[in-house]
Amino acid sequence: MNFEVHYLMGPFLGIVFAPLLPGIINKVKAFYAGRRGPPLLQLYFDLFKLLSKGAVYSSSTSWLFRAGPVITFSTILAALFIIPFGSSAPIAFTGDLLLVFYLLGMARFFTVIAAMDTGSSFEGMGASREVQFSAFAEPGLFITFAAMARLTGCLSLSDIFQSITPELWTAQAPALVLGAVVLSIILLAENARIPVDDPNTHLELTMIHEVMVLDHGGPDFALILYSSALKLWLFASWLAGIVIPRFDTTIPARYAAMFVGVILACIVTGTIESIMARLRLLRIPQLLIGAGTLGLVAFLLACQGGVSP
Amino acid sequence: MNSFILGLVLLLTGGLCAWGMRRFSLAAGWMGTAGAVLGSLMGLSASFRVLIKGSIARITIPWPLPYAAIDLAIDPLSAFFMIPLFILATAAALYGELYLRDGANKTRRGEAGFLINMLVLSMALVLAARNTILFLISWELMALSSFALVIFDDTDDSVRKAGWSYAIASQAGTAFLLVFFILLGRGSTSFSGFSAFPSTLWNPVFFVLALIGFGTKAGFVPLHIWLPRAHPAAPSHVSALMSGVMIKMGIYGILRTLLILGPLPAWCSWLMILLGLSSGILGILFALAQDDLKRMLAYSSVENVGIIALGIGLGMLGQSYGLLSVSLLGFGGAIFHVLNHALFKGLLFLAAGNVLHATHTRRLEKYGGLINPLPWTAASFLVGSAAICGLPPFNGFAGEFLIYFGAFRAIVDSTAAAPVALGLVVGLAFVGALALACFAKTFSVVFLGHPRSPLPAPPCEAGQWMMAPVLFLASACLFIGVAAPGIAPFLTRVAAPLAGIDSAVELPCTIRDSLSFIPALALLIALVLITTLARARILHRREIRSSETWGCGYTAPSPRMQYTASSFASPILRFFTAILRTRESVTPVQGPFPAPARLEVETSDVFENMLFESPAKSVAARMNVFRKKVQHGHMNLYVLYIAITLLALLLWKLS
Repeated sequence: MNFEVHYLMGPFLGIVFAPLLPGIINKVKAFYAGRRGPPLLQLYFDLFKLLSKGAVYSSSTSWLFRAGPVITFSTILAALFIIPFGSSAPIAFTGDLLLVFYLLGMARFFTVIAAMDTGSSFEGMGASREVQFSAFAEPGLFITFAAMARLTGCLSLSDIFQSITPELWTAQAPALVLGAVVLSIILLAENARIPVDDPNTHLELTMIHEVMVLDHGGPDFALILYSSALKLWLFASWLAGIVIPRFDTTIPARYAAMFVGVILACIVTGTIESIMARLRLLRIPQLLIGAGTLGLVAFLLACQGGVSP
Repeated sequence: MNSFILGLVLLLTGGLCAWGMRRFSLAAGWMGTAGAVLGSLMGLSASFRVLIKGSIARITIPWPLPYAAIDLAIDPLSAFFMIPLFILATAAALYGELYLRDGANKTRRGEAGFLINMLVLSMALVLAARNTILFLISWELMALSSFALVIFDDTDDSVRKAGWSYAIASQAGTAFLLVFFILLGRGSTSFSGFSAFPSTLWNPVFFVLALIGFGTKAGFVPLHIWLPRAHPAAPSHVSALMSGVMIKMGIYGILRTLLILGPLPAWCSWLMILLGLSSGILGILFALAQDDLKRMLAYSSVENVGIIALGIGLGMLGQSYGLLSVSLLGFGGAIFHVLNHALFKGLLFLAAGNVLHATHTRRLEKYGGLINPLPWTAASFLVGSAAICGLPPFNGFAGEFLIYFGAFRAIVDSTAAAPVALGLVVGLAFVGALALACFAKTFSVVFLGHPRSPLPAPPCEAGQWMMAPVLFLASACLFIGVAAPGIAPFLTRVAAPLAGIDSAVELPCTIRDSLSFIPALALLIALVLITTLARARILHRREIRSSETWGCGYTAPSPRMQYTASSFASPILRFFTAILRTRESVTPVQGPFPAPARLEVETSDVFENMLFESPAKSVAARMNVFRKKVQHGHMNLYVLYIAITLLALLLWKLS
């Protein structure tokens, strides 16, 4: 595949605008609650403030606690180079999405290890829940990928997005809609959003992702916040790539369309957060398995009529 | 071939010298180790030569035993299995010599050296044998020498029990192999004389017989029950050798059978995938439930054998639907995982040996905070855990990637194969996520936090010579992960005949083309380095303080308040209570002045009880009733039995 310089635009936009997304979600939530809410650029301010601080480490931690945020950030940034945004991704190869899944797994592994390094039982609890829920979310992700691959006959995410044209949408709307629904449920679960996790609660017993990073501070915490914003960007642009068909327009128009799609995904997330309560922890596996089952239906629909034989 | 024979002779000489000088344990230990290391290096050079050239080395020596001949050959398939065998044998022999030096068995190093050399020798013979009798004798020698190594700590009652269950399982498996070879040979004992039956009806029967016989050694669920008992009971370097390569002899047998039988009906591939899924999912769930470090690793071997079976199943699936590239990727992924699993499981068992050496306990709930006294062991165990979870850039990822990729090819290319391939993908994804949970738990509980119980002596790192094999294996895991495309030609060479592609024609480079994720790995490594440097630059000359872990304002936490291994695993295990049958006995906190509370959680292997123990007991009871009727002490009736038998034989002979 030929490389063109404008492919780098996708990761660049992600790196610059990812911290905007939590701001948008919070604005939407504030709108529903009738509040004014924190500024749109709050995360940028937070990151700047955290980066200018020193660090406090728990006396029971080792080098892994310091390495955790670095590795998490690097893996998610690397994954960002594989997810296409508007045009092809800078790094595209057949089966690239498998690497994205494993990079996300690597980020999870080191977040869990860094959390367990503190010896705190709160963080252990969060880590245990994180690995449990992601074990149930993982099959759903793979099924969605299989359904999309089957629909388009391609195995690289860049090619798959290339093949989701308006014609494919008119022919295969049910499968694509189901795929998008599954992906948005997994987006909520993987990004610690309601109804799976509540990013705002301060009761450690009910949290999953936030509780794992309780002991991080300063630049390390900035890396963690930044990587979760990047992860949200990654999932949102993935979702947008399925929902927004590839019209035959200019390249800047495609980038603009994807950007709007990512913002819309955040507005939808904010709306879901505003109108739903958090699910009981015992119900979450059911939600994720349900999502996987929907993915299976999408796959069967894709088998009925796709590009493939 | 000459260097292979020389290697075998060195192994044998080293072993016999170690046995002969067992009174002088230092000299005997080094004799055995030297024989094992030199012999393995010779064998390694022979197998590399075969893999690079792609030719078959062969030697035949007549043997006076009827039907038998010393018929040895190394083809690419044998050579590929010999590489992990000899690498791990070198590492384990060096490690074992030092490992036993400090233990209770320090005077028995000669015997251990003899047995290890015999085990390596017999495995090399199993891989090279092309004659049924030679193969079965080597197979038995392998079973016996590993049995003797399993019961090496024979003063321990549980070790002796584990040894018995291993011996029974391995003999039962061999019984199926005997039937298999007799039926397959139809009078011939030379592998080159074997061929598939002309009528396709019989071939699946052979396949199932081989699957049971070889599958017992490989440890497929439900034939795995001996494995989680025997592997932890043996000394750590023996566990590494058994888990890393000995169970792969079963995989080798299945692949060899497939080479002989040729294409099989599609349901055989479904059966293989089903076996892979059950071994993978149940293996890792049981691993998650274990409280014993080495038993956990043994169950994880069951899981990894399941992944290998999935690869083989995918290869067979591709073959039966005529999808050549799928077949190539499936078999290629399976054998790649054989090599990878040998390296990282060997690494994990040796690192676990270091932990045992330092703490003298195998219970997870007693560990904690070992990263400070054992930094190198911790780093190696972390590499092994990352590799076994398939995290990039380690070798586990490359192998699993091939299997996934082949399955996705099947999904895209064929409607008939798509549902089965999707089942494989979903199962593999689930197994991968659970493996991540299991190894994140194990690593954190063993090495992170604070010690959960006082240790008899302050733990300290094993000597640098004991660390050397461990670090070597860790760097091999990283090296193979980033150099995977370089291994692809060898994988193609081994997988092509399995996939039914004639090696004389131009080999397709499907495998190498599939491993095109290297630029992404390079980016990942570069990003990690850049971020580390940037972080160090930012924190340069800033105030860095040390404080207590945040405990919601509680300032006097004790190590006992840490999250435990069983509480970490509990949410997942509870979800699968119906399968795992985890038993909990609770004495809750009661009343205003409560007595000490208790919670006991135990997950025993359901298959052991359901499939083997209860049926075996009831059969034994019936047999006992029958025995009482037949054998009652009346001498005249015994003579009658003999007379009747003789008469029957006479009639049979005459008619």
